[in-house]
Amino acid sequence: MAEPPVISDNREPLTAIGLSERVYWIGAFDPDLRTFDIILKTANGTTYNAYLIRGSRGVAIVDTVKEGFADDFFARLESVADYSEIKVIVLNHLEPDHTGALPELMKRAPQAQLYISQKAQSMLKALLKQDELNFTPVLTGDRVSLGDCSLEFLHTPYLHWPDTQCTYLPEEKILFSGDVFGCHFCDTRLFNDQTGDFRFSFEYYYAHIMRPFKDYVIRALDLIDPLKPQLIAPTHGPILRDRPMRYIQRYRDMSQPSLTTDRHPGEKTLLIFYISSYGNTRRMAEAVYAGAMSIPGVRVSLYDLEVGEVSPFIDLIEDADGLLFGTPTINGDAVKPIWDLLSSLTVVSLKNKLGGVFGSYGWSGEAVGLVEDRLRGLKLRVPVKGLRVKLIPTDEELTNCTRFGRELAEELMGLRKAKVVDFADLA
Amino acid sequence: MAKANVTFEDINVTVSVPAGTRVIEISEKVGAGITYGCREGDCGTCIMKVTEGWQNLSEPSVLEDKVLRENMAGKHNRLACQAQVLGGTISVKPA
Repeated sequence: MAEPPVISDNREPLTAIGLSERVYWIGAFDPDLRTFDIILKTANGTTYNAYLIRGSRGVAIVDTVKEGFADDFFARLESVADYSEIKVIVLNHLEPDHTGALPELMKRAPQAQLYISQKAQSMLKALLKQDELNFTPVLTGDRVSLGDCSLEFLHTPYLHWPDTQCTYLPEEKILFSGDVFGCHFCDTRLFNDQTGDFRFSFEYYYAHIMRPFKDYVIRALDLIDPLKPQLIAPTHGPILRDRPMRYIQRYRDMSQPSLTTDRHPGEKTLLIFYISSYGNTRRMAEAVYAGAMSIPGVRVSLYDLEVGEVSPFIDLIEDADGLLFGTPTINGDAVKPIWDLLSSLTVVSLKNKLGGVFGSYGWSGEAVGLVEDRLRGLKLRVPVKGLRVKLIPTDEELTNCTRFGRELAEELMGLRKAKVVDFADLA
Repeated sequence: MAKANVTFEDINVTVSVPAGTRVIEISEKVGAGITYGCREGDCGTCIMKVTEGWQNLSEPSVLEDKVLRENMAGKHNRLACQAQVLGGTISVKPA
């Protein structure tokens, strides 16, 4: 028998909210949150959504809540089930805002079996710091029965961590989607046909959380679409019971390239960003630009970062094939506008784009190497060693810059000849 | 000394190296895109895809196998910080 719901000062009793006869929301409201995960702002808080499914042969819990909200979660859980009934705990995503109450839940329901994605295994061990852990890793096609209903798993990695998965309840056509289709928006009316307007929050969340993983989003949508879920239950924000397919379609739309017009078939795009104190790095940039433009099929653009805002460049960069950066060295480092741009690119995928760096310097010229390392860290290919010029470039050095630009443009077009070097000759 | 030729496909460069050299040492010097973290076979950052000459690399250790498994690495993935070249021709790229 479940205990009576907990009543705290000035608050309504914390009870579960029914999604259907056998599915309940047992999450928590966090209306005071303003910054999430350092990178996201929210103007009216968030929710941590967790769910309970009652089958004829046991109860399943799908996800938990942030640690500080565990009391709310347990109170709501206790309003509809005993811990002894819990047979299954599913973790769609192991980030702490969804697993904060997990250690305590495992203590209260030690008989429950954990179901996590294949990629979540090492994270679970790191999260719980226990040597002996009993869990079942699952992939698409795996399922667990609760008697008169069952949970089916969908392997949807990188939405937005490697471990993420979705869980489907076919008997109710409910998709427990984890962070997919979620948003930071706190409204106790909870269902999308009753809450305030969260469209901005929905798109903002996608832009900051899912956008770097567009290819994975499309693969996940291909798994989700055929299910035609009648309700989507994400881990943050409103529960999508009114026309949920609209949100699936919106995800598909947002996963298309941001800039779709005016690009010719077969054309490669190369963006050159530079900043210059005395015009030396600028002269290098213009020579690199001229060299790159000599290769047919490459559309080259040159931008001065001194007067450019960062955010409009992000759509361009996401769609570009190659990125070159020209930076002077000041006090042993590249300059701030370069780092500002490079630190703003975590919202887009850069993997396998071409990268290159050049710059003038006065003393030691560390900037080029530092930015090259950063580009490699961002998963760009850096096939041509960066070009450094001490102070004012000579005609010969500008010719080298032109060659540098041409070589990188050839690389983009697949025209650059393969190089063979001896290990002993490498610095 | 026996030599091997290692091609880094992402930068289109082939390096002639003495047998026994670890791939990460070559990758770092030539500026290929295989990034690394711990260099001790633990973190999995330097996972690479071996597209040719798999058999020309040293066998993965028990530790490397474990890290590859935990990262759900594909059949021809190796840790660049652990794999040593033995000879012949090898082609790799960042995973």
